[in-house]
Amino acid sequence: MKDNVVLEVSHLKKYFDLGHGRTLHAVDDVSFSIREGETLGLVGESGCGKTTCGRTCLGMYNKTDGQVLYRGKDVHALKGSELFAYKREAQMVFQDPYASLDPRMTVSDIIAEGMDVHHLYQNKAERAEKIYGLLEKVGLNKEHANRFIHEFSGGQRQRIGIARALAMEPKFLVMDEPISALDVSIQAQVINMLIRLQKEMGLTYLFVAHDLSMVKHISDRVAVMYLGQIVEITRSEELYSHPLHPYTQALLSAIPIPDPIIEAERETKRIHLEGEVTSPIDPAPGCRFASRCPYATARCKEATPTLKEVGTGHEVACFRVTGE
Amino acid sequence: MSEKLLEVKNLRVSYHTYAGEVQSVRGVSFTVNKGETVAVVGESGCGKSVTAKSIMRLIKTPPAEIKEGSEIIFDGEDVLQFNEKRLCAYRGGEVAMVFQDALAALNPTMTVGNQIIENLRHHTKLSKKEAKARAVELLRMVGIPQPESRVDQYPHEFSGGMRQRVMIAIAFACDPKLLIADEPTTALDVTIQAQIIDLIKALQKEKNASVILITHDLGVVANIADRIVVMYAGQIVERGTSIEVFHHPRHPYTNALLEAVPRLDLQNKQQLASIEGTPPDLIAPPKGCPFCTRCKYCMEICCEQQPPVLNFGDGHEASCWLYQLETPAADAPFTQEAHYEG
Repeated sequence: MKDNVVLEVSHLKKYFDLGHGRTLHAVDDVSFSIREGETLGLVGESGCGKTTCGRTCLGMYNKTDGQVLYRGKDVHALKGSELFAYKREAQMVFQDPYASLDPRMTVSDIIAEGMDVHHLYQNKAERAEKIYGLLEKVGLNKEHANRFIHEFSGGQRQRIGIARALAMEPKFLVMDEPISALDVSIQAQVINMLIRLQKEMGLTYLFVAHDLSMVKHISDRVAVMYLGQIVEITRSEELYSHPLHPYTQALLSAIPIPDPIIEAERETKRIHLEGEVTSPIDPAPGCRFASRCPYATARCKEATPTLKEVGTGHEVACFRVTGE
Repeated sequence: MSEKLLEVKNLRVSYHTYAGEVQSVRGVSFTVNKGETVAVVGESGCGKSVTAKSIMRLIKTPPAEIKEGSEIIFDGEDVLQFNEKRLCAYRGGEVAMVFQDALAALNPTMTVGNQIIENLRHHTKLSKKEAKARAVELLRMVGIPQPESRVDQYPHEFSGGMRQRVMIAIAFACDPKLLIADEPTTALDVTIQAQIIDLIKALQKEKNASVILITHDLGVVANIADRIVVMYAGQIVERGTSIEVFHHPRHPYTNALLEAVPRLDLQNKQQLASIEGTPPDLIAPPKGCPFCTRCKYCMEICCEQQPPVLNFGDGHEASCWLYQLETPAADAPFTQEAHYEG
């Protein structure tokens, strides 16, 4: 199992200095690994550090501490040709398809920009051919190549963003909320396409999102983040059938189900989370979730629980669950 | 209970743009009874927000135009005939609106308290001092901790969920008869979304107000709506009670929308039922059924003629050719049951 690990993140920390002696703990001691061809979902509320985590894994941010290993090599220590190669192999799809594409470039130039830099074609004809192939792969066609971004809808733009990432013939993709800006009917199209592309091209995904139902659908394993830390990580089905961390349970119970009868039943059992996410600026010691947790004890406010394995591949960071 | 509060009749709204006339809303009619929650569901660009803004008379004319023959009857009066003075009493007093993006809707240069007081002083005869006390009371009502000190803070000092609560406090300041909530939870996280929906529900019960909830998320609707109106390309394609629409969707679009949402309580993996294609261009709306280009069960007649509105009993209506007696019942599995009944 160990040998086909694509990305191994251990004790990764990313702090932002805010000045005035204050520090924002965006990612605080996060560890996980992703195997070849697997999709790891990274879920959490806004401001929990999931995007920062994805970006740090790609080397877009410098880390504060810890390590990110890509096929055994430290991402943040890569130099020269190795770094160049990593930047090709690991690609990112951004959340906002309106902001992440240059309005002054044609679609073909947007898609080919990376190929131009990395010399992934021999001549102009091959470049055009590759662009057409990519457009087809993401469900667009040749005629779209010479248009500008403003002529496309949100779903089509996201497809262009995905084509741009695929142009680099990547092995590993970080999807930063690729569907949250899209309509429900279009979300399903994009998700189906991502699943198909993964099968066809043997891609590995880190899928960052706040929509648990979509994450369940696409991921093999899911990690739940809260204020910069992973509180639970396990296989996708397991997480939804046996959520153990109180935060995961609350998150799941907050997702509305489109069925009024089931909703009325759930109403009585629903776990209502009071308050909001506390500030990640100089957080207090102890479990980050303690202030909102219905089961919090004195111990939770003093010591920080770490991830402990409670079942096969099911890890939880909670004193109550691990029985400490 | 079943007293009519609002009646929208054959509402048609167009926007005049350089590219041509965009027919955003094309003949929408629905009613809202007292104390009832009606959800308007549809994807972006289907005209649901334009409908809401028309009810509030917030449509800017020009470029928009509310077409001849449209009627919006609120408590027996036609809103479209209101003069400026009547509108001032109507907006914020009798009907209030909560917008999607609370940060953009709130005034960044005014304290939260002053924004509530502004509304109170405009519609009631409260003194400044009384209004301030009432503002604190309202903030407490919507669940903002330490309202006494928060009342003097600015919107940027609030988080997204708290801002939405402030919006709700402003909306409920003058005890409106109707609250229009335009995607109130779209920008929020799920746990906060649940809190806001609960809050709207509780306040509605307490004040016995009617609510029009506009959203694209069917899940949110299940928990709160009495009746659902499904819009597509500026028209209503299906309407009915919440249970009817969720359990027996009659229109292929509603059915497809329900299938496109991955459900946590169901075992699913891999292929999601997606709706291929995109909504039609409303500069030149299709001659027949607007959904025909994306519909799995599309027939020849669908592209040629507008489907008739069919009644399935208990106020459940859908516009679709599949339910005509001449149509073979074989193709669309979800329509068969209806054929047996009819």
